[in-house]
Amino acid sequence: MSELTLTVMRLGFLAVLWLFVIVAVQVIRSDLFGTRVTQRGSRRQDARPQQNTRQQAAAPPQQRGQQPAASGGGRQRRGAPTKLVVSEGTLTGTTVALQGQTITLGRAHDSTIVLDDDYASSRHARIYPDRDGQWIVEDLGSTNGTYLDRTRLTTATPIPLGAPIRIGKTVIELRK
Amino acid sequence: MSVVTNTTTIGAIEAPSRRNTELALLAFAVVIPVFAYLNVGLAIDGKVPAGMAGYGLGLALLAGVAHLVVRKWAPYSDPLLLPLATLLNGMGLVLIWRLDQSPRLIATSMRLYKSFSPDAPSQMMYSAVGIAMFVGVLVLLKDHRVLQRYTYISMVVSLVLLLLPLVPGLGADVFGAKIWIRVGGFSIQPGEFAKLVLAVFFSGYLMVKRDALALASRRFMGLYLPRGRDLGPILTIWAVSLLILVFENDLGTSLLFFGMFVIMLYVATERTSWIVMGLLMAVAGAAVVGSTASHVKSRVAAWLDPFGCLETATDQNMLNACDQMTQVLMSFGSGGILGTGLGQGNSDLISFAANSDFIFATVGEELGLAGVMVFLLLYGLIVERGIRTALAARDPFGKLLAMGLSGAFALQIFVVAGGVMGLIPLTGMTMPFLAYGGSSVIANWALIGILIRISDTARRPAPAPAPSPDAEMTQVVRP
Repeated sequence: MSELTLTVMRLGFLAVLWLFVIVAVQVIRSDLFGTRVTQRGSRRQDARPQQNTRQQAAAPPQQRGQQPAASGGGRQRRGAPTKLVVSEGTLTGTTVALQGQTITLGRAHDSTIVLDDDYASSRHARIYPDRDGQWIVEDLGSTNGTYLDRTRLTTATPIPLGAPIRIGKTVIELRK
Repeated sequence: MSVVTNTTTIGAIEAPSRRNTELALLAFAVVIPVFAYLNVGLAIDGKVPAGMAGYGLGLALLAGVAHLVVRKWAPYSDPLLLPLATLLNGMGLVLIWRLDQSPRLIATSMRLYKSFSPDAPSQMMYSAVGIAMFVGVLVLLKDHRVLQRYTYISMVVSLVLLLLPLVPGLGADVFGAKIWIRVGGFSIQPGEFAKLVLAVFFSGYLMVKRDALALASRRFMGLYLPRGRDLGPILTIWAVSLLILVFENDLGTSLLFFGMFVIMLYVATERTSWIVMGLLMAVAGAAVVGSTASHVKSRVAAWLDPFGCLETATDQNMLNACDQMTQVLMSFGSGGILGTGLGQGNSDLISFAANSDFIFATVGEELGLAGVMVFLLLYGLIVERGIRTALAARDPFGKLLAMGLSGAFALQIFVVAGGVMGLIPLTGMTMPFLAYGGSSVIANWALIGILIRISDTARRPAPAPAPSPDAEMTQVVRP
């Protein structure tokens, strides 16, 4: 066998070995980034017009009460918070846009923010806007309590901008 | 539905089973060794080797069977483990076959044993048994959590397996290490299987005891020192691994078991103090044994100064150890960056255990640094997939078992490759899948089988939660 052929084969074989490693790493890469980010809001907003009539009839009373605030996004006061940010705890960095909807917090899987926190109750607290757009936090009878700054909440309390709401190890703030 | 949220949801793409990816990679992993086989044949004889079709078909058949079994019994398992193991096994077969062709090794064998039998066919048979073992694990072990029931039985079984080579009449002393047993013409290395069984025991034990080990401790000089009674198991394992070392002259296996236990202890308790203590105990044990046992002493001398100790060696045993080490280092050195090419090196000058303990030297010489890196990466990827499986597993037992098995696998690679390259003293262990040896191949296929079973459970999409009829109705009524 000629020297040239063997040299080509030798280098070719090494190249093929490395190719295998690269292909394998590509497979891992698709595994690592195998998550998909979806904007739930945009999809639902598209679907809103057709559903509107049915919603008016079917929406539970609590949610129907918020409808004006939700639709009247335009008359939000200046300086009103626009998003809710988790600043401490396992969910750090999660943000939820505030658009007049009630945000439920707790370990229950249907909460808006599902807290993976040993000190949280399954339905721990909720954050909702009152009639003039002021955001209110209310403890839903949780075991370990909800704290606004340092005080434990006993009644529904308005949330100042940037004040930390503490639930177990999770801290939530409202921001502009 | 009326609620308009703008929440960003991060969800996994609908769990693809990725079996087709596996099939494609598997085909690639069969083609590469066939290419290598052709390369060796052309380099040695100048013509296409006669057994190529048979070899390729055999490997493809084994890989195909394994793939179909995975498709049927573990459809969501990791797509990489099987192709990686197949490639390593196939390359091992090629390298062993290449060393079978060496006139030098044939002459040595004729001189020493008056006979020569090629090792590649028997390694092919062992690979087939290994795949059968793999299939058996996947078919019989429907859920890895079943193993949890046998925690203490596994402890007894592993101790029995470890002690078997010491039983007179059954154990066989081969080149100074008593790690084989001879049953009806076959020699088996029970230590390879003990590795798997011991991992089951460790994970079962640590799962139950990890809180006691992690929390009940005193703080001393920045370290959390565990209570005396919690120290019991680690001391026992330490003593057992030292006893193996002393009575069976097997540095590698004792290092492997002790290291595996420390890794799993650390993973289970998240306490750095266990690693510190484990390292201290390992160093203490190694120092004592290294300065007393002659077998280990000669290995250490060969490690510290392989070329110098050829002159200063005091006995034949030490001379052999130093001689092997120099041969291996020369072999790696002459490979250079790109190697001499398959079948064109002189790694067959290593006259002892060229195709088992020192097979990595053949990789180093004929494929060079570039090839050695590929092999280390392939092993690294197997370990990575194992640890990834441990991360993804939902039950603590599966987590610990996957971690323990991949940790043991990684440690074994480190001990063998490090020993052969002169980083640590040489120990008689086999490179998984690559080296000649039935027990090793079979046990490692079983290990891959268990990892695939755990990864199937871990990656299987969770069943949808049962719809709860009154979830929507729950409301808070405010006065």
